[in-house]
Amino acid sequence: MSKLYSGAEIVFKCLEDQDVKYIFGYPGGAVLPIYDELKNHETVKHILVRHEQGAGHAAEGYARSSGMPGVVLVTSGPGATNVVTALTDAYMDSVPLVCISGQVPTHLIGTDAFQECDTTGITRPCTKHNWLVKDVKDLSKIIHEAFRVATTGRPGPVLIDIPKDIQFAKTKYLRPKKIKKLNGKLTNKFSQKEIDELIDLISKAKKPVIYSGGGVINSGPKASESLRELVRLTGFPITSTLQGLGAFPGDDHQFLGMLGMHGTYEANNAMHDCDLLINIGARFDDRITGKIDEFSPNSKKVHIDIDPSSINKIIKVNLSIVGDVNEVIKATIKSISRKNKEINRSNKQNVSKWWEQIQKWREKNSLGFVNSDETIKPQHAVQRLYELTKNQDTYITTEVGQHQMWAAQHYKFNKPNRWMTSGGLGTMGYGLPAAVGVQIAHPKKLVIDIAGEASVLMTMQEMSTAVQYNLPIKIFILNNQYMGMVRQWQELLHEKNYSESYSEALPDFIKMAEAYGCKGIKAENPAELDEKIKEMINHDGPVIFDCQVDPSENCFPMIPSGKPHNQMILGPNDKQENKITGKGKALV
Amino acid sequence: MTKSKSAYSTPTKIGKLDTHIFVVWVDNEAGVLARVVGLFSGRGYNIESLAVAEVDQTKKISRITIVTTGTPQVIDQIKLQLKKLVPVHKVADFKREDKKVIFKEMALLKIVSQQKKIDKCLNACKNYSPIILDKTKKSVVIQITALRREIDKMNKKLKPLGLVSTSRTGAIAMTRGAEVFN
Repeated sequence: MSKLYSGAEIVFKCLEDQDVKYIFGYPGGAVLPIYDELKNHETVKHILVRHEQGAGHAAEGYARSSGMPGVVLVTSGPGATNVVTALTDAYMDSVPLVCISGQVPTHLIGTDAFQECDTTGITRPCTKHNWLVKDVKDLSKIIHEAFRVATTGRPGPVLIDIPKDIQFAKTKYLRPKKIKKLNGKLTNKFSQKEIDELIDLISKAKKPVIYSGGGVINSGPKASESLRELVRLTGFPITSTLQGLGAFPGDDHQFLGMLGMHGTYEANNAMHDCDLLINIGARFDDRITGKIDEFSPNSKKVHIDIDPSSINKIIKVNLSIVGDVNEVIKATIKSISRKNKEINRSNKQNVSKWWEQIQKWREKNSLGFVNSDETIKPQHAVQRLYELTKNQDTYITTEVGQHQMWAAQHYKFNKPNRWMTSGGLGTMGYGLPAAVGVQIAHPKKLVIDIAGEASVLMTMQEMSTAVQYNLPIKIFILNNQYMGMVRQWQELLHEKNYSESYSEALPDFIKMAEAYGCKGIKAENPAELDEKIKEMINHDGPVIFDCQVDPSENCFPMIPSGKPHNQMILGPNDKQENKITGKGKALV
Repeated sequence: MTKSKSAYSTPTKIGKLDTHIFVVWVDNEAGVLARVVGLFSGRGYNIESLAVAEVDQTKKISRITIVTTGTPQVIDQIKLQLKKLVPVHKVADFKREDKKVIFKEMALLKIVSQQKKIDKCLNACKNYSPIILDKTKKSVVIQITALRREIDKMNKKLKPLGLVSTSRTGAIAMTRGAEVFN
């Protein structure tokens, strides 16, 4: 007879068989049997966070930067409800998470017991799937299936709710089975006919643009390589969503910069005027499309995505290819090099006029800003940070707001998995715990959270985690004393009524850093900025960097809501547009 | 240029709405109905009627029939989103006008009235395979099977004749002929 294991032991046996190295968690009454078992499993290291939301975001940072699923362990009731934000965040940005939550014993479920909540009910809309384990015999099967659901197809979070009595109950352990087709959900069956159609469109295009997204990152580093090859082969311009940054080198000539609400002039105009739009692993988010009716009105549209429900959800496309983006791009490249060797040369001729047009748009220098000798401009701070860190392999996380957009605009990513940001849900407080997770996955690398002072205070407690595990994360706060993006919208759209957007009673970040037992650095003028940034990079340990920036700076360019791509507001640097901006401020 | 204060775009005009019947085969496990129904409410889809019961006891498969309305794009989305749910095995959708598919609803009608009017009721129901399930001197319970709109019509018609209570199922569907949906 095979050995009997307790539910708690089975949890760890599953984690070991799934190659889990780290779990991010916080103990509590309903998960104590699992925590009891922790000491017997050396290969699984537990990272103690200070709030369950932090555990979720740390696991997201871990997953996004490593390609492995992030694992979270929380207790019942408040433990589970605190992790809901992170689960929703992971759901929106397709991050593979496996969350294990404790639950009150089976016989108490439904009695409003202490720290009871309907965890599977609450997390149903924010997970790919969730399970309440009612019989210990199902436990190993469910955990293995949970890992499979989280990591296959379009990745996402899952949750397993384990009542305390199940953690004590004993049964046999079942190893993971060979991957079986999951109700036909591993959709990877595109046809050669679709690839041929795509190549036909590519060869006819005069004004093409490739628009790539987070799906390329999720498909793995190989997908980024394939994408680069495809872009070189076709000579097409490429733009990227916020989540897709890094899949294609940010400093490459063929890269137009990010598109969308705060995207570049050239990227958005190319999207608007193109005759062929190839969406690779993106989902036509409303921050990208602007006004749907006027979105890229004259183009044939191709959508390559692993999730069939993303196709035609928002924008009707002419050709859809459902599959793993790497597989699709590889098949396309193979077909091009086999059949249409001429395509390479003819394409570049076809699109040369288009490149001339793009060059004209580029000359607008839409990311330009008026720099200053007296105050640090936030864009300047990000540019300096980039220049001083670009020679080493740097991982950037962000919070949400103006600083996030400036980071996306001015920090150039050359590799995938180096950029962790909350795009879909827009969760303030994401960056600091995410940096913790990234640093866990990449202990020797430089990890910087480009933060805003308002966002970072939402999860500041995780500095303790960083100090406890000696994680040398750098929290680079662009401190403008405002919820900057809120303030910008109020200035442009709500008659400068700055309702509740001023960060009153801010803490002294230097003293705060010292209180946490890490280093605090403050930069107040442009002259000292470089030196202070170097001091931050060279410090072996966590740093909170208070970068005091111009409070009134706005993030441009910007597509006002409900406007198409070709009606952007440009920054004050643009003289021609300046007049319009002056009027625009009243009109937008 | 009108002033937009929203962080979001304004809604575009809604296209023509079609009525569709979805048939969904699911694992009969705890919470599966909540997943399906939650998908509809969470994404703002509409449910006109819902019928669900286990159809295969050994495999533990339930069959859910949902009547819904939406633009073609929304109908497409509903189908694709349903297919993404882990316990969902397959999804079929039919237009209400589809001649190849039979749609039926059952209703139980309680009529409390004089014999004369009860007879009138029975007569009115005669096209909908009426079955008398219970009868007293003053009342009758009739079971009819018909289309939704026919039951709606009967409801109105029988009110003045003494209809006091109606209980009805959601629509269920089956394809005609030897073909089986796969």
